[in-house]
Amino acid sequence: MRWRAAALQALLVAAVVFVVWALATNTAHNLEARKIASGFGFLQREAGFAIGESPFLSYSASDTYARAITVGLLNTFRVAVIGIVLATVLGTLIGLARLSHNWLLSRLATGYVELLRNVPLLVQLFFLYAVITENLPGPRQALRPLPGVFLSNRGIAFPVLESHPAHAWMLAALVLGLVLAWLAARWGRRRQALTGRPFPALSVGAALALGLPLAVFLAAGAPAAVSRPAMQGFNFHGGAVLTPEFAALLGGLTIYTAAFIAEIVRAGVLAVDHGQFEAAYALALPRRRAMRLVILPQALRVIVPPLTSQYLNLTKNSSLAVAIGYPDLVSIANTTMNQTGQAIEGIAIIMAVYLTISLSISSIMNWYNKRIALKGARR
Amino acid sequence: MKARLVLAATLVVASGALHAESTLNAVKAKGYVQCGVNTGLAGFSQPDSKGVWKGLDVDMCRAVAAAVFGDASKVRYTPLTAQQRFTALQSGEIDMLSRNTTWTLARDTSLGLNFVGVDYYDGQGFMVPKKLGVTSAKQLDGATICVQPGTTTELNLADYFRANKMTFKPVVIEKLEEVTNAYFSGRCDVYTTDVSGLVSTRGARAPNPADHIILPEVISKEPLGPAVRHGDDQWFDIVKWSLFAMIEAEEMGLTSKNIDQQLTSTNPGIQRFVGANGDLGKMLGLDNKWAYNIVKQVGNYGESFETNLKSLGFDRGLNRLWTQGGLMYAPPVR
Repeated sequence: MRWRAAALQALLVAAVVFVVWALATNTAHNLEARKIASGFGFLQREAGFAIGESPFLSYSASDTYARAITVGLLNTFRVAVIGIVLATVLGTLIGLARLSHNWLLSRLATGYVELLRNVPLLVQLFFLYAVITENLPGPRQALRPLPGVFLSNRGIAFPVLESHPAHAWMLAALVLGLVLAWLAARWGRRRQALTGRPFPALSVGAALALGLPLAVFLAAGAPAAVSRPAMQGFNFHGGAVLTPEFAALLGGLTIYTAAFIAEIVRAGVLAVDHGQFEAAYALALPRRRAMRLVILPQALRVIVPPLTSQYLNLTKNSSLAVAIGYPDLVSIANTTMNQTGQAIEGIAIIMAVYLTISLSISSIMNWYNKRIALKGARR
Repeated sequence: MKARLVLAATLVVASGALHAESTLNAVKAKGYVQCGVNTGLAGFSQPDSKGVWKGLDVDMCRAVAAAVFGDASKVRYTPLTAQQRFTALQSGEIDMLSRNTTWTLARDTSLGLNFVGVDYYDGQGFMVPKKLGVTSAKQLDGATICVQPGTTTELNLADYFRANKMTFKPVVIEKLEEVTNAYFSGRCDVYTTDVSGLVSTRGARAPNPADHIILPEVISKEPLGPAVRHGDDQWFDIVKWSLFAMIEAEEMGLTSKNIDQQLTSTNPGIQRFVGANGDLGKMLGLDNKWAYNIVKQVGNYGESFETNLKSLGFDRGLNRLWTQGGLMYAPPVR
């Protein structure tokens, strides 16, 4: 019986391998017959096209296709990471608002969820993009909501600190502070378990995480030269600019995904039996600690798995950037395919990258999910 | 995207037999020519108010249908963005591409295409709002420029600014409608594409055409023409000579109005052209009246230019016949 099962599985694997091999050779044959170039050699050739925004990596038209695609990848990361953070915050707030006893607040939250969840994301992106580019004035008549900040159809230009070597040290100090805060909190928990004396982990942690970078900043002589945007020629020079494409894509992804996250958060909180609140109060736990120690851990078990899907959705939906001209991975890979004619390689790169991103997000979230799962239920 | 996936899928799955099949037989069997055109560029390919496709590029599709079927209406159109066009042709979704596409070496070789000739000699230019006060492309340092991705335009633009040591910020949007909207809404200072595209966009889409000027610099050569897939010489010949027949007809003075009277002409060149004498059509694998049908139903090159482009403010310029100082020249139809 076991032997037969093994033989069947071996046969299946052989069949899959054969199909993959047949498809690969057939593809190579068809490309050859049509005289279409193949292989990944094009990645080292000069790209020759410009890219609108590349905040992390310097890029010019004389760089290679490989670098151009990397710029696209970083742009995808930029919008996905910021989008995930903002959508989680906004979604949690809306989800809790929907549970509120305040009639107006909960109805508004319901309206938000029902409206935004049911309008296709692409339509929302076009709408947001049109609102930004059609309604805002040109750069020469830019609005100034705050001193030094310019709002126009070229985006928001705002002042930034000019980069200084001390800033890297401040970042290192922040990381060190966070690690120390974590260690202190762990020590505090252990002491509380042993002696029952509580430890103010939050305020000590905040002092460490913020105090250390501040100390470095002051020790370096407070290097706070500011680069301010100024109109010069066609555009703003200096400062930093958030382009309308980025703003529309980030806004669209955030408010669309937040509507789904709101429902997930609401479901998670409602899934915790009311008796759990009562039991926590019966033990004389204050409300905030009851929430943190009893309710949230149970709600998170329900929330995290579907939340993972939403994070994956947001990341994959960022490829709609093509429609409004944000240079994300898909947009740049598309251009590359068009200039080189190598569609199969281009699609393969896109698929490999999205697969890697998605699997990474899932494994991180699965790890987190395991941590918060019921210990007895762990398998 | 869809076209690209179709291509990838076709290339992965299709058997070698698909490649060997003659496009002419396939076209005859299905009864129409599937022609890839622009999504809507006035004068080249755009549906009119009744939904009938009109334009110079569309006339190329109709000429091929007239040559193959004797009926210029046997065409179905696939509107394609700049990024979709090559994959649509490579994958066999369309039989020919007639979509203001620039003939370049890389496209002719590594993309697996064959360009049949040139139906419009063009060059890349810049359009700016008059109120910016710009008079030369050399003053565009630092400008934000709207451009469509996957075009030679996008590459020439980067080359031109590099060569002149200037910088620019591109706003790259795939759909023609969206990219021109971005320009007219002021998202960009400049819109760049082939001068024909600028004239057409200004005439057909600008809220007030007089508010926009086209700068004098023409920064590239853009010979636009129809293309077919590599590897089917017979179909390549048919599309190529359909284009040449339109140019030759203008040179011979044959028009859709007078060609019926010319059927009985004693001029041997005209006799061969209209199929009264010789076997030119048979050599292409077509009916001997192929060229007559093209001119009768579609018109000669000059007529097509006149009806489609003159009203939008196009000048014949380089696209005059060689006999009148232009570049339009067909090899002898004999």
